[in-house]
Amino acid sequence: MDPRVKGIELKLRDVKRIIPVVSGKGGVGKSLISTTMALVLAKSGYRVGLLDLDFYGASDHVILGLTPEALPEEEKGVLPPEVHGLRFMSIVYYTQNRPLPMRGSEVSNALVELMAITRWDSLDYLIIDMPPGLGEQLLDLLRYIPRGEFLVVSTPSPLSVHVADSLLAVLTEGKHRVLGLVENMGDGTATAKLAEKYGIRVLGSLPYEQELDACIGNVDALLATKFAEAMKKIVKTI
Amino acid sequence: MHEWALAEGILASAIEYAEKNDANEILEVKIVLGELQDVEQEIVEFALEQMKKDTLAESAKFVFEEEPARFKCRNCGAEWGLQESKNELSSEIREDIHFVPEVVHSFMTCPACGSRDFEVVSGRGVYIKEMKVR
Repeated sequence: MDPRVKGIELKLRDVKRIIPVVSGKGGVGKSLISTTMALVLAKSGYRVGLLDLDFYGASDHVILGLTPEALPEEEKGVLPPEVHGLRFMSIVYYTQNRPLPMRGSEVSNALVELMAITRWDSLDYLIIDMPPGLGEQLLDLLRYIPRGEFLVVSTPSPLSVHVADSLLAVLTEGKHRVLGLVENMGDGTATAKLAEKYGIRVLGSLPYEQELDACIGNVDALLATKFAEAMKKIVKTI
Repeated sequence: MHEWALAEGILASAIEYAEKNDANEILEVKIVLGELQDVEQEIVEFALEQMKKDTLAESAKFVFEEEPARFKCRNCGAEWGLQESKNELSSEIREDIHFVPEVVHSFMTCPACGSRDFEVVSGRGVYIKEMKVR
């Protein structure tokens, strides 16, 4: 019997809403969207946690300008360190900036372990930055956190929309909660049909912004972008 | 201590199992502690003793068993134990592994071929092996 599974439930009992940010396709902006969304919510006065579950491509800490040095504090569990007003948890605290190649069962084990030991305590929102694909992390979340409200990200590219379609099929077949679609680097028209197909909302769109890369690592600069402005509108719809 | 978080999961799982099986009392829980995670038995035991009050496990006995860590390379088939690993795992690295055992893939390679694609065959972490209820 794996005692960690029950531990996950206990650790999340005081978290009001859990929003996994998913896309199917990689490179559509999930990390920037998750991190900016968490920052915008925290600036609005909510208690927010950010969990980076993209083990191979963990990058939320880079966006936040964080170089993990010390291990997170322990007190009857692991306390996610406070970073720019967020409680932030990532595998990078434990890998000392080294690569972490893992197969599926190991990914699953790492996820369960991290979820079972992290003490989020009381939160209004837990934003989860997910890796691309329909693999371990997605299937584990569907299994262990059935109350997750999925936010699906797509760019206007037909390639991205096509994979988002597959992802939405999996989510709706399993009767999981879908918060809506966010179109990144577009105006919302490319994903409108997909939203209609699944009877979900397009929560908004985020503009392409040349200067966005220059704001990575600088939270104040990031929050001053048009991207962050658009995110404030999206946050009001959830 | 993160051992408390593990103990909390052990107790909640044991109680859930007992309830599902209509048991009135948990008599014994056998807990396996894997060498790789290097969990402190005394802290887990202390936490369980503290938390078991007023639960189905109030008079339960907690029995611990240590399981040595064994690894097997998926690339060349070599097998080895934690002590035999060529890589020196510093206390800092051991602490990282203590929290999330899978990060061993960041720090250890196969002593025969150097691959990081190895399996933790046994002794990874904590699990409940047996339970006695009535």
